[in-house]
Amino acid sequence: MLHHRGPDDYGYYSDDSIGLAHARLSIIDISGGHQPIHDTDKNVWVVFNGEIFNYIELREELIKDGFVFYTKSDTEVIVHLYKKYGLDFVKHLNGQFAIALWDKSNKRLVLTRDRVGIDPLFYYKQGKRLYFGSEVKSILPCMKQSPSLNANSLDQLLTFWSPVVPNTLFDNVYEVKPGELTIVESGQIKHHRYWEWEYPAHGQEEYLTGDVNELAEELHEKMVAATKIRLRSDVPVAAYLSGGLDSSALVSIVHHHGNVPLRTFSIGFEDKQLDESSFQQKLIKHLGAEHSRVVCSSKNISDNFEKAIWHTESTILRTAPVPMMLLSGLVHDHQYKVVLTGEGADEVFGGYDIFKEGKIRQFWARNKDSSFRPLLLKRLYPYLDITKSNSRAYLEAFFGVGLAEPEVPYFAHLPRWSTTSKIKAFYSDDFKAKLNDDAVENIQSSFHEDIQRWHPFNKSQYIEARSLMAKYLLCSQGDRMLMSNSVEGRFPFLDHNVIEFANKLNPNLKMKVLNEKYLLKESMKRYLPDEIINRHKQPYRAPDIPAFVHEGRPDYVNELLSENEINNAGYFDHKKVGILLRKIDAGRATGYKDNMAFMAILSTQMWHHLFIKNFNRYAN
Amino acid sequence: MEIESKLRNFILENYLFTDDQSALNNEDSFLDKGIIDSTGILELIFFLEEAFSVVVEDEEMIPDNLDSVMNVVKFVESKA
Repeated sequence: MLHHRGPDDYGYYSDDSIGLAHARLSIIDISGGHQPIHDTDKNVWVVFNGEIFNYIELREELIKDGFVFYTKSDTEVIVHLYKKYGLDFVKHLNGQFAIALWDKSNKRLVLTRDRVGIDPLFYYKQGKRLYFGSEVKSILPCMKQSPSLNANSLDQLLTFWSPVVPNTLFDNVYEVKPGELTIVESGQIKHHRYWEWEYPAHGQEEYLTGDVNELAEELHEKMVAATKIRLRSDVPVAAYLSGGLDSSALVSIVHHHGNVPLRTFSIGFEDKQLDESSFQQKLIKHLGAEHSRVVCSSKNISDNFEKAIWHTESTILRTAPVPMMLLSGLVHDHQYKVVLTGEGADEVFGGYDIFKEGKIRQFWARNKDSSFRPLLLKRLYPYLDITKSNSRAYLEAFFGVGLAEPEVPYFAHLPRWSTTSKIKAFYSDDFKAKLNDDAVENIQSSFHEDIQRWHPFNKSQYIEARSLMAKYLLCSQGDRMLMSNSVEGRFPFLDHNVIEFANKLNPNLKMKVLNEKYLLKESMKRYLPDEIINRHKQPYRAPDIPAFVHEGRPDYVNELLSENEINNAGYFDHKKVGILLRKIDAGRATGYKDNMAFMAILSTQMWHHLFIKNFNRYAN
Repeated sequence: MEIESKLRNFILENYLFTDDQSALNNEDSFLDKGIIDSTGILELIFFLEEAFSVVVEDEEMIPDNLDSVMNVVKFVESKA
């Protein structure tokens, strides 16, 4: 079931209390890194997905302490670190990981994930037995009966783009939270947080001091270190190149400091409005990289949609993950197993428009009755016609939501959450009756207890990193699409040393007035042409509805969205779905809301078809 | 002096895309010279509020207060 995550080797361990199984993608210590790995006494056993990048330093330290290694793999340091530090072992790891550690003599199982949620890990309790795995599909064969969709999780997803951690779309299946240890001992499950996104208290001068040039230099040093350590590998490492600032900066660091051949891969679109090829070409020419590119058509997206949902195991609100699967396929076809990507820079250094919009709305909230302040939104949305008499009402309707309460931590996210929630109009009455939880109250209860002490910009960053990034970008659009083709992504911007440095910066250095990723640009401008540094950020997008109507709707779309299938699944109202389909056929479904609703309904129906309706496929 | 220097650097970097101090005189009219457009003026106010902890009222958004480095410095000092 998880062959795609580990096609190179398999290993098993079992005793009276536990069974561990592992599928390996061999990257470090190709010949000797067979898992599970154990200590000298065969008392502590580990299966592990991911990378411990600082394993060389940790290994040296442990050897000095007298620990004896039988492999050269990064996995073995986990075993000895646990023996040395107990549950604190995880604090010493710089990496991306999902770890299951079995301490036989204490009958203790430790499940843990990296700090930010790069590598997935799920668990499911059935009676007295606990099952866990990197993807839910590995747990399905253990279920005695078909799983069901958790209505509240879908409701959360149709607000925040993902269920609130630790929920999944599958009822009673949970994920191990990023930055947390899940400890199973004496028949009990306990959770222990070892790392959290944290920011200084605002207004108490706790931010890093130093002038811009000094801080930019410090950031540069940290980024070089974070990138170099991620080049540690016994197989060649390549990089994704989008043409934007983040991936261009990474590729430049590899070029100047990596001492490895520069190999890059990118995705292009037939739709020129979505295509960034010209910027990719500029940088390739600038640095002289060997580059490969795959062009994604609408047909590619609709042809690969079912496969993508099988991997995401989730509803998605855009097709954007599908081209990422084609891209990892290109990497795989060129015999590469590892790529660096620029993911995380926008969350860590303040690059997204949602942060900019939040700042402008805060600026507006300082004087709610101002005639002029909301017009700054034109910086973000140039198509706003501010001369029309109804423009004020339009602005207030879309961006004025929550203006009276600028102190709420999710102030910047309210317009997005409010727009996404419009999909809920398609719920069936039966489904609505199953909802018994308020999505916003739920996510709010998961926030850090100090969040109200932080600067509004940091509050937005925190929410974005823990929700959309961890649970959609790194997961549905990240790990799942990479691993669908047995490719590992590495994320230098998400090195915890980089994050902890960035989190201590004054927010005004991340976004200077409305200049996003200001300090990052200052630190990287030594490498990059001005046109890339000053380029307006282009969000990564792929065609949504148009991907499914290019030559009439594919058969599976008609089938999944038929009255019969919609009613059988029971989540949506078939009459409303029918109206949306007629609008699409008439070419009138061009808006953001219609596209998102169509994607939500189609992907949920596909999810239902793959995992609920055809559950017997897994059970047998 | 600190207000003037911070303000000049912001205008140069954000609107004139240069660090050449000679590109901007303190008397230059932002509007006449085409340095700042209609939303740029709001961005300038945003900067003043962020950098100098002042709040600018709608009725204060007039060229006498905001149309040159000299005018802005005087205006910010008067708000302090």
